[in-house]
Amino acid sequence: MPLVAEAQERIRALADRYEHRQSALLPALFVAQEAAGYLPSETLAEVARLLELPLSEVTSVASFYRLYFLEPVGRHLILLCTNLACALNGSEAIGRHLEERLGIGFGQTTPDGAFTLRASECLAACALAPMMMVDRERFGPLTPAGVDDVLERHRGR
Amino acid sequence: MTFWSGTVAAESILLRFTEGEGTADLDAYLRAGGYQAARTALTTLAPESVIDIVEQSGLRGKGGAGFPTGRKWKFIPKGAPVKYVVVNGDEAEPCTFKDHLLLERAPHLLLEGIIITAYAVGAQRAYVYVRREGYLARERLEQAVAAAEQRGFLGDKIFGTGFSLQVVVHTGAGAYIAGEETALLESLEGRRAMPRARPPFPAVAGLYGKPTVINNVETLCHVPAVIRLGPEAYSALGPPALFSVSGHVRRPGVYELPLGTRMREMIDQAGGLRPGRRFKAAFPGGSSSAILTEAHLDVPMDYEPLQQAGSMLGSASLIVMDDTACIVRTVARGVDFYKEESCGKCTPCREGTVWLSQIFERILGGRGRMEDLDLLAHISGGLKGGTCFCLLGESVPPSLEASLRHFRHEYEHHIRTGRCDVDDAVGAAAGVA
Ligand SMILES: Cc1cc2nc3c(=O)[nH]c(=O)nc-3n(C[C@H](O)[C@H](O)[C@H](O)COP(=O)(O)O)c2cc1C
Ligand code: SF4
Ligand code: FES
Repeated sequence: MPLVAEAQERIRALADRYEHRQSALLPALFVAQEAAGYLPSETLAEVARLLELPLSEVTSVASFYRLYFLEPVGRHLILLCTNLACALNGSEAIGRHLEERLGIGFGQTTPDGAFTLRASECLAACALAPMMMVDRERFGPLTPAGVDDVLERHRGR
Repeated sequence: MTFWSGTVAAESILLRFTEGEGTADLDAYLRAGGYQAARTALTTLAPESVIDIVEQSGLRGKGGAGFPTGRKWKFIPKGAPVKYVVVNGDEAEPCTFKDHLLLERAPHLLLEGIIITAYAVGAQRAYVYVRREGYLARERLEQAVAAAEQRGFLGDKIFGTGFSLQVVVHTGAGAYIAGEETALLESLEGRRAMPRARPPFPAVAGLYGKPTVINNVETLCHVPAVIRLGPEAYSALGPPALFSVSGHVRRPGVYELPLGTRMREMIDQAGGLRPGRRFKAAFPGGSSSAILTEAHLDVPMDYEPLQQAGSMLGSASLIVMDDTACIVRTVARGVDFYKEESCGKCTPCREGTVWLSQIFERILGGRGRMEDLDLLAHISGGLKGGTCFCLLGESVPPSLEASLRHFRHEYEHHIRTGRCDVDDAVGAAAGVA
Protein backbone atom coordinates (compact mmCIF):
# COMPACT_ATOMS: atom_id res chain seq x y z
CA MET A 1 0.00 0.00 0.00
CA PRO A 2 1.44 3.39 -0.89
CA LEU A 3 1.97 5.95 1.86
CA VAL A 4 -0.87 8.35 2.50
CA ALA A 5 -0.49 11.77 0.88
CA GLU A 6 0.12 13.46 4.23
CA ALA A 7 3.10 11.22 4.98
CA GLN A 8 4.49 11.81 1.50
CA GLU A 9 4.16 15.53 2.02
CA ARG A 10 5.94 15.39 5.38
CA ILE A 11 8.80 13.42 3.89
CA ARG A 12 9.25 15.94 1.08
CA ALA A 13 9.15 18.78 3.61
CA LEU A 14 11.82 17.05 5.70
CA ALA A 15 14.17 17.03 2.74
CA ASP A 16 13.91 20.83 2.64
CA ARG A 17 15.04 21.16 6.25
CA TYR A 18 18.53 19.93 5.47
CA GLU A 19 21.24 21.15 3.18
CA HIS A 20 21.72 17.62 1.96
CA ARG A 21 18.66 15.56 1.10
CA GLN A 22 20.03 12.35 2.58
CA SER A 23 20.09 13.90 6.04
CA ALA A 24 16.31 13.63 5.97
CA LEU A 25 16.49 9.85 5.68
CA LEU A 26 16.37 8.92 9.38
CA PRO A 27 13.39 11.13 10.24
CA ALA A 28 11.70 10.24 6.93
CA LEU A 29 11.86 6.54 7.72
CA PHE A 30 10.08 7.22 11.01
CA VAL A 31 7.35 9.16 9.23
CA ALA A 32 6.90 6.22 6.86
CA GLN A 33 7.00 3.70 9.69
CA GLU A 34 4.36 5.55 11.65
CA ALA A 35 2.12 5.78 8.61
CA ALA A 36 2.56 2.18 7.45
CA GLY A 37 3.00 0.48 10.85
CA TYR A 38 6.36 -0.94 9.82
CA LEU A 39 8.77 -0.77 6.89
CA PRO A 40 8.02 -3.40 4.27
CA SER A 41 10.19 -3.31 1.16
CA GLU A 42 7.60 -1.40 -0.88
CA THR A 43 7.59 1.36 1.74
CA LEU A 44 11.37 1.52 1.72
CA ALA A 45 11.21 1.85 -2.05
CA GLU A 46 8.74 4.69 -1.72
CA VAL A 47 10.96 6.56 0.74
CA ALA A 48 13.86 6.09 -1.66
CA ARG A 49 11.77 7.55 -4.48
CA LEU A 50 10.56 10.50 -2.44
CA LEU A 51 14.06 11.42 -1.30
CA GLU A 52 15.66 10.50 -4.63
CA LEU A 53 18.09 8.11 -2.97
CA PRO A 54 19.27 4.66 -4.09
CA LEU A 55 17.08 1.93 -2.62
CA SER A 56 20.19 0.06 -1.49
CA GLU A 57 21.18 3.01 0.68
CA VAL A 58 17.72 3.28 2.23
CA THR A 59 17.60 -0.45 2.95
CA SER A 60 21.07 -0.49 4.42
CA VAL A 61 20.25 2.38 6.78
CA ALA A 62 16.88 0.92 7.80
CA SER A 63 18.50 -2.38 8.70
CA PHE A 64 21.31 -0.79 10.74
CA TYR A 65 19.28 0.97 13.43
CA ARG A 66 17.33 -0.82 16.12
CA LEU A 67 14.16 1.22 16.03
CA TYR A 68 13.18 0.61 12.43
CA PHE A 69 10.87 -2.37 12.09
CA LEU A 70 11.26 -4.42 8.96
CA GLU A 71 8.61 -6.85 10.23
CA PRO A 72 5.13 -6.03 11.56
CA VAL A 73 4.94 -5.05 15.26
CA GLY A 74 2.17 -4.68 17.81
CA ARG A 75 0.18 -1.48 18.42
CA HIS A 76 2.30 -0.79 21.49
CA LEU A 77 6.02 -1.25 21.80
CA ILE A 78 7.31 -2.18 25.24
CA LEU A 79 11.01 -1.51 25.78
CA LEU A 80 12.12 -3.00 29.08
CA CYS A 81 15.49 -1.62 30.07
CA THR A 82 17.84 -4.42 31.08
CA ASN A 83 21.01 -2.38 31.43
CA LEU A 84 23.06 -1.98 34.60
CA ALA A 85 21.03 0.31 36.87
CA CYS A 86 17.82 -1.48 35.97
CA ALA A 87 19.42 -4.91 36.24
CA LEU A 88 20.79 -4.07 39.69
CA ASN A 89 17.27 -3.08 40.71
CA GLY A 90 15.47 -6.18 39.54
CA SER A 91 14.65 -5.80 35.84
CA GLU A 92 15.09 -9.54 35.33
CA ALA A 93 12.15 -10.33 37.57
CA ILE A 94 10.09 -7.63 35.88
CA GLY A 95 10.99 -9.20 32.53
CA ARG A 96 9.75 -12.58 33.66
CA HIS A 97 6.55 -10.99 34.90
CA LEU A 98 6.00 -9.26 31.56
CA GLU A 99 6.58 -12.49 29.66
CA GLU A 100 4.12 -14.30 31.87
CA ARG A 101 1.41 -11.64 31.69
CA LEU A 102 1.73 -11.20 27.95
CA GLY A 103 2.24 -14.88 27.24
CA ILE A 104 5.13 -14.13 24.90
CA GLY A 105 8.91 -13.93 25.04
CA PHE A 106 11.18 -11.01 24.28
CA GLY A 107 11.21 -10.13 20.61
CA GLN A 108 7.64 -11.38 20.15
CA THR A 109 4.22 -9.84 19.59
CA THR A 110 1.02 -10.86 21.38
CA PRO A 111 -1.46 -12.76 19.16
CA ASP A 112 -4.03 -9.94 19.48
CA GLY A 113 -1.45 -7.54 18.06
CA ALA A 114 -1.59 -5.26 21.12
CA PHE A 115 2.03 -5.49 22.34
CA THR A 116 5.51 -6.14 21.08
CA LEU A 117 7.97 -6.86 23.89
CA ARG A 118 11.62 -5.98 23.55
CA ALA A 119 14.58 -5.78 25.89
CA SER A 120 16.37 -2.46 25.65
CA GLU A 121 19.72 -0.99 26.53
CA CYS A 122 19.83 1.98 28.92
CA LEU A 123 17.05 4.46 28.22
CA ALA A 124 18.66 7.39 30.03
CA ALA A 125 16.14 7.26 32.85
CA CYS A 126 18.11 5.22 35.39
CA ALA A 127 16.67 7.06 38.39
CA LEU A 128 13.44 5.19 37.60
CA ALA A 129 15.13 1.78 37.67
CA PRO A 130 13.75 -0.71 36.97
CA MET A 131 11.96 1.06 34.15
CA MET A 132 10.39 0.56 30.77
CA MET A 133 9.04 2.66 27.96
CA VAL A 134 5.69 1.95 26.39
CA ASP A 135 5.55 3.81 23.10
CA ARG A 136 6.71 7.32 24.07
CA GLU A 137 6.19 7.17 27.82
CA ARG A 138 8.47 6.09 30.68
CA PHE A 139 7.32 3.99 33.60
CA GLY A 140 9.24 3.23 36.77
CA PRO A 141 10.32 2.23 39.32
CA LEU A 142 8.35 -0.83 38.25
CA THR A 143 6.70 -3.41 40.47
CA PRO A 144 4.70 -6.38 39.17
CA ALA A 145 1.48 -4.61 40.14
CA GLY A 146 2.63 -1.43 38.43
CA VAL A 147 3.35 -3.39 35.26
CA ASP A 148 -0.14 -4.91 35.30
CA ASP A 149 -1.60 -1.48 35.65
CA VAL A 150 0.31 -0.09 32.66
CA LEU A 151 -0.60 -3.12 30.51
CA GLU A 152 -4.26 -2.76 31.42
CA ARG A 153 -4.28 0.88 30.42
CA HIS A 154 -2.76 0.15 27.03
CA ARG A 155 -4.45 -3.09 26.08
CA GLY A 156 -7.65 -1.61 24.70
CA ARG A 157 -5.95 1.30 22.95
CA MET B 1 8.05 15.17 37.56
CA THR B 2 10.65 15.92 40.16
CA PHE B 3 11.84 12.37 40.28
CA TRP B 4 15.42 12.58 39.24
CA SER B 5 17.20 15.72 40.20
CA GLY B 6 18.87 15.87 43.57
CA THR B 7 18.97 18.73 46.05
CA VAL B 8 19.91 21.97 44.38
CA ALA B 9 22.67 23.99 46.00
CA ALA B 10 22.40 27.76 46.25
CA GLU B 11 25.26 28.32 43.82
CA SER B 12 23.86 25.86 41.26
CA ILE B 13 24.46 26.89 37.68
CA LEU B 14 22.59 24.08 35.90
CA LEU B 15 20.03 22.37 38.11
CA ARG B 16 18.54 25.67 39.19
CA PHE B 17 17.03 25.75 35.70
CA THR B 18 15.61 22.23 36.00
CA GLU B 19 14.16 22.18 39.51
CA GLY B 20 10.42 22.30 40.11
CA GLU B 21 8.66 22.89 36.82
CA GLY B 22 11.93 23.64 35.10
CA THR B 23 12.39 26.39 32.52
CA ALA B 24 11.09 24.80 29.32
CA ASP B 25 8.75 27.77 29.17
CA LEU B 26 10.56 30.76 27.69
CA ASP B 27 9.16 33.26 30.19
CA ALA B 28 10.18 31.06 33.08
CA TYR B 29 13.68 30.93 31.63
CA LEU B 30 13.79 34.70 31.21
CA ARG B 31 12.62 35.20 34.79
CA ALA B 32 15.53 33.01 35.90
CA GLY B 33 17.90 35.38 34.11
CA GLY B 34 17.99 33.47 30.85
CA TYR B 35 19.46 34.79 27.57
CA GLN B 36 21.39 37.53 29.42
CA ALA B 37 24.70 35.79 28.86
CA ALA B 38 24.03 35.35 25.15
CA ARG B 39 23.08 39.01 24.86
CA THR B 40 26.26 40.03 26.67
CA ALA B 41 28.41 37.83 24.46
CA LEU B 42 26.88 38.90 21.16
CA THR B 43 26.66 42.61 21.92
CA THR B 44 29.82 43.25 23.96
CA LEU B 45 32.38 40.51 23.25
CA ALA B 46 34.38 39.62 20.14
CA PRO B 47 34.09 35.95 19.10
CA GLU B 48 37.77 35.40 19.97
CA SER B 49 37.21 36.78 23.47
CA VAL B 50 34.36 34.36 24.03
CA ILE B 51 36.63 31.47 23.10
CA ASP B 52 39.38 32.81 25.38
CA ILE B 53 36.97 33.10 28.30
CA VAL B 54 35.74 29.55 27.79
CA GLU B 55 39.31 28.30 27.56
CA GLN B 56 40.32 30.16 30.74
CA SER B 57 37.34 28.75 32.61
CA GLY B 58 38.82 25.27 32.30
CA LEU B 59 35.52 23.88 30.98
CA ARG B 60 36.03 20.33 29.75
CA GLY B 61 33.73 18.24 27.59
CA LYS B 62 31.05 16.32 29.46
CA GLY B 63 30.43 13.66 26.80
CA GLY B 64 33.12 11.33 28.12
CA ALA B 65 36.52 12.33 26.84
CA GLY B 66 36.88 15.53 28.89
CA PHE B 67 38.58 17.50 26.14
CA PRO B 68 39.04 21.23 26.95
CA THR B 69 36.15 23.00 25.24
CA GLY B 70 37.83 26.32 24.46
CA ARG B 71 40.79 24.54 22.90
CA LYS B 72 38.46 22.47 20.71
CA TRP B 73 36.79 25.65 19.43
CA LYS B 74 40.18 27.11 18.55
CA PHE B 75 40.75 24.30 16.03
CA ILE B 76 37.96 25.68 13.85
CA PRO B 77 39.61 27.50 10.92
CA LYS B 78 38.72 31.19 11.03
CA GLY B 79 38.23 31.94 7.36
CA ALA B 80 35.93 29.05 6.41
CA PRO B 81 32.65 30.33 4.91
CA VAL B 82 30.45 27.50 6.23
CA LYS B 83 30.76 25.98 9.70
CA TYR B 84 28.48 23.99 11.93
CA VAL B 85 27.75 23.39 15.58
CA VAL B 86 26.56 19.86 16.27
CA VAL B 87 25.19 19.01 19.71
CA ASN B 88 25.54 15.46 20.96
CA GLY B 89 22.33 14.50 22.75
CA ASP B 90 22.60 10.81 22.03
CA GLU B 91 23.16 9.97 25.70
CA ALA B 92 23.21 6.21 25.35
CA GLU B 93 26.19 5.56 27.66
CA PRO B 94 24.80 3.16 30.25
CA CYS B 95 23.52 4.92 33.35
CA THR B 96 24.04 8.46 32.10
CA PHE B 97 20.88 10.57 32.27
CA LYS B 98 21.90 14.17 32.87
CA ASP B 99 21.52 15.37 29.27
CA HIS B 100 17.93 14.26 29.03
CA LEU B 101 17.14 16.09 32.27
CA LEU B 102 18.59 19.27 30.73
CA LEU B 103 16.88 18.76 27.37
CA GLU B 104 13.49 18.16 28.93
CA ARG B 105 13.51 20.73 31.68
CA ALA B 106 15.93 23.42 30.52
CA PRO B 107 15.95 23.41 26.71
CA HIS B 108 16.51 27.17 26.59
CA LEU B 109 19.68 26.81 28.64
CA LEU B 110 21.01 24.57 25.87
CA LEU B 111 19.82 26.98 23.17
CA GLU B 112 21.56 29.85 24.93
CA GLY B 113 24.74 27.78 25.07
CA ILE B 114 24.39 26.98 21.38
CA ILE B 115 23.94 30.67 20.47
CA ILE B 116 27.10 31.66 22.31
CA THR B 117 29.07 28.74 20.84
CA ALA B 118 27.90 29.39 17.28
CA TYR B 119 28.76 33.06 17.66
CA ALA B 120 32.21 32.22 19.00
CA VAL B 121 33.13 29.89 16.13
CA GLY B 122 31.14 31.67 13.41
CA ALA B 123 28.53 29.00 12.63
CA GLN B 124 25.12 29.87 11.28
CA ARG B 125 23.51 26.52 11.63
CA ALA B 126 23.37 24.10 14.52
CA TYR B 127 22.05 20.56 14.67
CA VAL B 128 20.99 18.89 17.88
CA TYR B 129 21.08 15.09 17.63
CA VAL B 130 18.81 13.44 20.19
CA ARG B 131 18.47 9.67 20.46
CA ARG B 132 15.18 8.27 19.17
CA GLU B 133 13.79 7.40 22.58
CA GLY B 134 14.10 11.04 23.69
CA TYR B 135 10.59 11.94 22.54
CA LEU B 136 9.89 14.40 25.32
CA ALA B 137 13.35 15.93 24.96
CA ARG B 138 12.83 16.60 21.25
CA GLU B 139 9.33 17.91 21.76
CA ARG B 140 10.42 20.39 24.43
CA LEU B 141 13.46 21.43 22.45
CA GLU B 142 11.45 22.00 19.29
CA GLN B 143 8.96 24.10 21.23
CA ALA B 144 11.84 26.05 22.71
CA VAL B 145 13.36 26.68 19.27
CA ALA B 146 10.03 27.98 17.98
CA ALA B 147 9.56 30.25 21.00
CA ALA B 148 13.12 31.59 20.79
CA GLU B 149 12.69 32.31 17.09
CA GLN B 150 9.53 34.22 17.80
CA ARG B 151 11.30 36.48 20.30
CA GLY B 152 14.30 37.05 18.07
CA PHE B 153 16.77 34.96 20.13
CA LEU B 154 17.22 32.68 17.13
CA GLY B 155 16.88 33.39 13.42
CA ASP B 156 18.06 36.53 11.69
CA LYS B 157 19.97 39.37 13.36
CA ILE B 158 19.88 38.06 16.91
CA PHE B 159 19.69 40.84 19.58
CA GLY B 160 19.86 43.33 16.73
CA THR B 161 23.39 42.25 15.80
CA GLY B 162 24.50 40.97 12.41
CA PHE B 163 24.59 37.40 13.73
CA SER B 164 22.06 34.83 12.51
CA LEU B 165 21.52 31.26 13.62
CA GLN B 166 19.20 28.42 12.78
CA VAL B 167 18.82 25.40 15.07
CA VAL B 168 17.55 22.07 13.70
CA VAL B 169 16.52 19.22 16.02
CA HIS B 170 17.37 15.79 14.65
CA THR B 171 16.43 12.27 15.69
CA GLY B 172 18.60 9.20 16.15
CA ALA B 173 17.21 5.76 15.38
CA GLY B 174 18.57 3.41 18.02
CA ALA B 175 22.33 2.83 17.99
CA TYR B 176 24.72 3.54 20.86
CA ILE B 177 27.62 4.01 18.47
CA ALA B 178 25.85 7.08 17.03
CA GLY B 179 27.07 8.88 20.16
CA GLU B 180 30.67 8.62 18.96
CA GLU B 181 31.23 11.95 17.29
CA THR B 182 32.23 10.84 13.81
CA ALA B 183 29.56 8.13 13.74
CA LEU B 184 27.10 10.82 14.79
CA LEU B 185 28.07 12.88 11.76
CA GLU B 186 27.54 9.87 9.49
CA SER B 187 24.13 9.36 11.07
CA LEU B 188 23.27 13.03 10.68
CA GLU B 189 24.16 12.74 7.01
CA GLY B 190 21.63 9.92 6.71
CA ARG B 191 23.93 6.92 6.72
CA ARG B 192 24.77 3.98 8.98
CA ALA B 193 26.39 5.24 12.17
CA MET B 194 29.91 3.96 11.65
CA PRO B 195 32.93 5.89 12.89
CA ARG B 196 35.07 7.78 10.40
CA ALA B 197 38.84 7.78 10.26
CA ARG B 198 40.56 10.71 11.99
CA PRO B 199 42.28 12.87 10.82
CA PRO B 200 40.66 14.83 9.41
CA PHE B 201 39.08 15.86 12.69
CA PRO B 202 35.53 17.24 12.65
CA ALA B 203 36.89 20.70 13.49
CA VAL B 204 38.49 20.70 10.03
CA ALA B 205 36.17 18.47 8.00
CA GLY B 206 33.03 17.48 9.88
CA LEU B 207 29.39 17.67 8.82
CA TYR B 208 29.16 17.73 5.00
CA GLY B 209 32.94 18.06 5.01
CA LYS B 210 32.79 21.48 6.68
CA PRO B 211 34.46 22.62 9.93
CA THR B 212 32.26 21.43 12.78
CA VAL B 213 32.27 21.85 16.53
CA ILE B 214 30.74 18.86 18.30
CA ASN B 215 29.89 19.19 21.95
CA ASN B 216 27.83 17.35 24.47
CA VAL B 217 24.51 18.82 25.71
CA GLU B 218 25.76 19.44 29.24
CA THR B 219 29.01 21.00 28.00
CA LEU B 220 27.09 23.70 26.15
CA CYS B 221 24.76 24.22 29.10
CA HIS B 222 27.78 25.34 31.13
CA VAL B 223 28.68 28.05 28.65
CA PRO B 224 26.10 30.69 29.71
CA ALA B 225 27.35 30.45 33.31
CA VAL B 226 30.96 30.77 32.17
CA ILE B 227 30.07 34.02 30.39
CA ARG B 228 27.82 35.29 33.19
CA LEU B 229 30.25 34.61 36.03
CA GLY B 230 33.54 35.00 34.23
CA PRO B 231 36.18 32.27 34.10
CA GLU B 232 37.55 32.70 37.64
CA ALA B 233 34.24 32.77 39.48
CA TYR B 234 33.03 29.85 37.38
CA SER B 235 35.97 27.63 38.15
CA ALA B 236 35.93 28.72 41.79
CA LEU B 237 32.60 26.90 42.04
CA GLY B 238 34.44 23.61 41.76
CA PRO B 239 34.00 23.79 38.80
CA PRO B 240 30.56 22.25 38.99
CA ALA B 241 29.49 19.17 37.07
CA LEU B 242 26.46 16.97 36.75
CA PHE B 243 26.77 13.46 38.12
CA SER B 244 24.26 10.74 37.25
CA VAL B 245 24.06 8.55 40.34
CA SER B 246 22.29 5.22 39.98
CA GLY B 247 22.26 1.62 41.11
CA HIS B 248 21.99 0.70 44.77
CA VAL B 249 21.41 4.11 46.32
CA ARG B 250 18.23 5.29 47.95
CA ARG B 251 17.82 8.48 45.92
CA PRO B 252 19.22 7.89 42.44
CA GLY B 253 19.27 11.06 40.39
CA VAL B 254 21.27 13.82 38.78
CA TYR B 255 23.42 15.76 41.24
CA GLU B 256 25.27 19.00 40.64
CA LEU B 257 28.45 18.86 42.68
CA PRO B 258 31.95 20.26 42.42
CA LEU B 259 34.39 18.13 40.49
CA GLY B 260 36.51 16.37 43.08
CA THR B 261 33.65 15.48 45.40
CA ARG B 262 34.52 12.15 47.00
CA MET B 263 32.63 9.05 45.97
CA ARG B 264 31.63 8.48 49.59
CA GLU B 265 30.02 11.90 49.84
CA MET B 266 28.28 11.49 46.52
CA ILE B 267 26.68 8.28 47.72
CA ASP B 268 25.57 10.05 50.90
CA GLN B 269 24.02 12.85 48.85
CA ALA B 270 22.12 10.24 46.91
CA GLY B 271 20.51 8.99 50.09
CA GLY B 272 23.16 6.45 50.98
CA LEU B 273 22.80 2.71 50.64
CA ARG B 274 19.67 0.78 51.41
CA PRO B 275 19.25 -0.19 55.07
CA GLY B 276 21.46 -3.03 56.18
CA ARG B 277 23.51 -3.14 52.98
CA ARG B 278 27.24 -2.72 52.50
CA PHE B 279 29.09 -0.94 49.72
CA LYS B 280 30.75 -3.37 47.36
CA ALA B 281 31.90 -1.61 44.21
CA ALA B 282 31.07 1.18 41.76
CA PHE B 283 31.65 2.33 38.23
CA PRO B 284 32.65 6.01 38.63
CA GLY B 285 32.15 7.01 35.01
CA GLY B 286 29.70 4.75 33.25
CA SER B 287 30.09 1.16 32.17
CA SER B 288 33.30 1.82 30.27
CA SER B 289 35.14 3.00 33.40
CA ALA B 290 37.00 0.46 35.52
CA ILE B 291 35.15 -0.74 38.62
CA LEU B 292 36.41 0.70 41.90
CA THR B 293 36.15 -0.85 45.34
CA GLU B 294 35.74 0.17 48.98
CA ALA B 295 39.40 1.14 49.03
CA HIS B 296 38.59 3.94 46.58
CA LEU B 297 35.66 5.54 48.42
CA ASP B 298 37.71 8.63 49.19
CA VAL B 299 39.07 9.19 45.70
CA PRO B 300 37.98 12.63 44.44
CA MET B 301 35.63 12.30 41.47
CA ASP B 302 37.75 14.30 39.08
CA TYR B 303 39.69 13.53 35.91
CA GLU B 304 43.22 13.02 37.23
CA PRO B 305 42.52 11.38 40.60
CA LEU B 306 40.26 8.79 38.98
CA GLN B 307 42.84 8.11 36.33
CA GLN B 308 45.43 7.59 39.02
CA ALA B 309 43.06 5.15 40.68
CA GLY B 310 43.03 3.18 37.42
CA SER B 311 39.64 4.34 36.25
CA MET B 312 38.16 7.47 34.69
CA LEU B 313 35.53 10.15 35.08
CA GLY B 314 34.00 9.43 31.65
CA SER B 315 30.44 10.72 31.55
CA ALA B 316 30.44 11.19 35.35
CA SER B 317 27.95 8.37 35.89
CA LEU B 318 28.37 6.75 39.27
CA ILE B 319 26.82 3.28 39.32
CA VAL B 320 26.76 1.96 42.87
CA MET B 321 26.69 -1.71 43.81
CA ASP B 322 26.03 -3.01 47.30
CA ASP B 323 26.68 -6.51 48.61
CA THR B 324 23.67 -7.93 46.75
CA ALA B 325 25.35 -7.35 43.38
CA CYS B 326 27.03 -10.23 41.62
CA ILE B 327 30.11 -8.74 39.98
CA VAL B 328 30.35 -11.51 37.39
CA ARG B 329 26.79 -10.96 36.22
CA THR B 330 27.21 -7.20 36.24
CA VAL B 331 30.35 -7.29 34.13
CA ALA B 332 28.77 -9.87 31.83
CA ARG B 333 25.85 -7.51 31.32
CA GLY B 334 28.27 -4.73 30.42
CA VAL B 335 30.08 -6.94 27.90
CA ASP B 336 26.75 -7.90 26.39
CA PHE B 337 25.95 -4.26 25.88
CA TYR B 338 29.10 -3.67 23.86
CA LYS B 339 28.48 -6.85 21.89
CA GLU B 340 24.99 -5.67 20.97
CA GLU B 341 26.18 -2.19 20.10
CA SER B 342 29.37 -2.97 18.19
CA CYS B 343 28.92 -1.49 14.73
CA GLY B 344 30.76 -4.42 13.17
CA LYS B 345 33.35 -2.39 11.35
CA CYS B 346 36.44 -3.96 12.90
CA THR B 347 37.16 -7.54 13.91
CA PRO B 348 38.55 -7.32 17.48
CA CYS B 349 35.44 -5.49 18.63
CA ARG B 350 32.90 -7.40 16.54
CA GLU B 351 34.30 -10.89 17.29
CA GLY B 352 35.99 -10.27 20.63
CA THR B 353 32.79 -9.14 22.33
CA VAL B 354 30.98 -12.24 21.05
CA TRP B 355 33.67 -14.57 22.39
CA LEU B 356 33.71 -12.80 25.76
CA SER B 357 29.98 -13.03 25.95
CA GLN B 358 30.05 -16.78 25.25
CA ILE B 359 32.59 -17.35 27.99
CA PHE B 360 30.48 -15.40 30.46
CA GLU B 361 27.46 -17.43 29.49
CA ARG B 362 29.42 -20.58 30.18
CA ILE B 363 30.62 -19.36 33.58
CA LEU B 364 27.21 -18.09 34.66
CA GLY B 365 25.60 -21.28 33.40
CA GLY B 366 27.80 -23.35 35.72
CA ARG B 367 29.90 -24.75 32.88
CA GLY B 368 32.97 -22.56 33.36
CA ARG B 369 36.56 -23.75 33.57
CA MET B 370 39.39 -22.07 35.45
CA GLU B 371 41.22 -21.56 32.13
CA ASP B 372 38.31 -19.34 31.11
CA LEU B 373 39.68 -16.61 33.34
CA ASP B 374 42.91 -16.49 31.35
CA LEU B 375 40.92 -16.60 28.17
CA LEU B 376 38.84 -13.61 29.29
CA ALA B 377 42.03 -11.68 30.06
CA HIS B 378 43.60 -12.71 26.76
CA ILE B 379 40.64 -11.63 24.59
CA SER B 380 40.34 -8.45 26.60
CA GLY B 381 44.00 -7.72 25.88
CA GLY B 382 43.25 -8.03 22.17
CA LEU B 383 40.81 -5.14 22.40
CA LYS B 384 43.44 -2.75 23.72
CA GLY B 385 46.32 -0.77 22.34
CA GLY B 386 44.76 0.65 19.23
CA THR B 387 43.50 -2.56 17.59
CA CYS B 388 39.97 -1.18 17.53
CA PHE B 389 38.86 1.50 15.11
CA CYS B 390 37.04 3.50 17.78
CA LEU B 391 36.77 3.69 21.56
CA LEU B 392 33.76 1.40 21.82
CA GLY B 393 35.96 -1.68 21.62
CA GLU B 394 38.39 -0.20 24.12
CA SER B 395 35.54 0.38 26.56
CA VAL B 396 35.29 -3.35 27.28
CA PRO B 397 38.63 -4.14 29.00
CA PRO B 398 38.64 -1.64 31.93
CA SER B 399 35.74 -3.02 33.97
CA LEU B 400 36.38 -6.60 32.89
CA GLU B 401 40.02 -6.50 33.93
CA ALA B 402 39.28 -4.61 37.16
CA SER B 403 36.74 -7.27 38.07
CA LEU B 404 39.23 -10.06 37.41
CA ARG B 405 41.69 -8.23 39.62
CA HIS B 406 39.46 -7.22 42.54
CA PHE B 407 36.78 -9.91 42.45
CA ARG B 408 38.55 -12.97 41.06
CA HIS B 409 37.20 -15.02 43.95
CA GLU B 410 33.66 -14.47 42.69
CA TYR B 411 34.55 -15.84 39.26
CA GLU B 412 36.30 -18.79 40.90
CA HIS B 413 33.31 -19.50 43.10
CA HIS B 414 31.01 -19.58 40.06
CA ILE B 415 33.39 -21.90 38.25
CA ARG B 416 34.08 -24.20 41.19
CA THR B 417 30.54 -24.57 42.49
CA GLY B 418 28.37 -23.63 39.55
CA ARG B 419 26.60 -21.27 41.93
CA CYS B 420 26.62 -17.58 42.68
CA ASP B 421 28.20 -16.79 46.04
CA VAL B 422 26.13 -13.60 46.31
CA ASP B 423 22.90 -15.50 45.80
CA ASP B 424 24.05 -17.98 48.36
CA ALA B 425 24.95 -15.27 50.83
CA VAL B 426 21.98 -12.92 50.56
CA GLY B 427 19.32 -15.06 48.90
CA ALA B 428 18.03 -14.71 45.38
CA ALA B 429 15.15 -12.55 46.58
CA ALA B 430 17.33 -9.64 47.68
CA GLY B 431 17.00 -7.75 44.42
CA VAL B 432 20.04 -9.20 42.70
CA ALA B 433 20.36 -8.54 39.00
C1 LIG C 1 31.24 4.66 21.69
C2 LIG C 1 31.12 6.09 22.09
C3 LIG C 1 29.88 6.60 22.46
C4 LIG C 1 29.76 7.94 22.82
N1 LIG C 1 28.52 8.40 23.18
C5 LIG C 1 28.38 9.71 23.51
C6 LIG C 1 27.11 10.23 23.87
O1 LIG C 1 26.11 9.52 23.90
N2 LIG C 1 27.02 11.55 24.17
C7 LIG C 1 28.10 12.37 24.13
O2 LIG C 1 27.96 13.55 24.38
N3 LIG C 1 29.32 11.90 23.79
C8 LIG C 1 29.49 10.60 23.48
N4 LIG C 1 30.72 10.14 23.12
C9 LIG C 1 31.84 11.11 23.06
C10 LIG C 1 31.85 11.83 21.72
O3 LIG C 1 32.59 11.06 20.78
C11 LIG C 1 32.53 13.19 21.81
O4 LIG C 1 33.75 13.05 22.47
C12 LIG C 1 31.71 14.23 22.53
O5 LIG C 1 30.46 14.37 21.94
C13 LIG C 1 32.42 15.57 22.49
O6 LIG C 1 31.73 16.51 23.23
P1 LIG C 1 32.36 17.17 24.54
O7 LIG C 1 33.75 17.59 24.20
O8 LIG C 1 31.47 18.31 24.84
O9 LIG C 1 32.34 16.12 25.58
C14 LIG C 1 30.88 8.79 22.78
C15 LIG C 1 32.11 8.27 22.42
C16 LIG C 1 32.24 6.94 22.08
C17 LIG C 1 33.59 6.42 21.70
S1 SF4 D 1 35.58 -0.57 17.75
FE1 SF4 D 1 33.56 -1.57 17.52
S2 SF4 D 1 32.10 0.11 17.36
FE2 SF4 D 1 34.16 0.98 16.98
S3 SF4 D 1 34.41 0.90 14.77
FE3 SF4 D 1 35.22 -1.03 15.55
S4 SF4 D 1 33.46 -2.46 15.44
FE4 SF4 D 1 32.64 -0.39 15.26
S1 FES E 1 19.92 1.39 33.10
FE1 FES E 1 17.80 1.33 32.80
S2 FES E 1 17.34 3.36 32.18
FE2 FES E 1 19.50 3.38 32.43
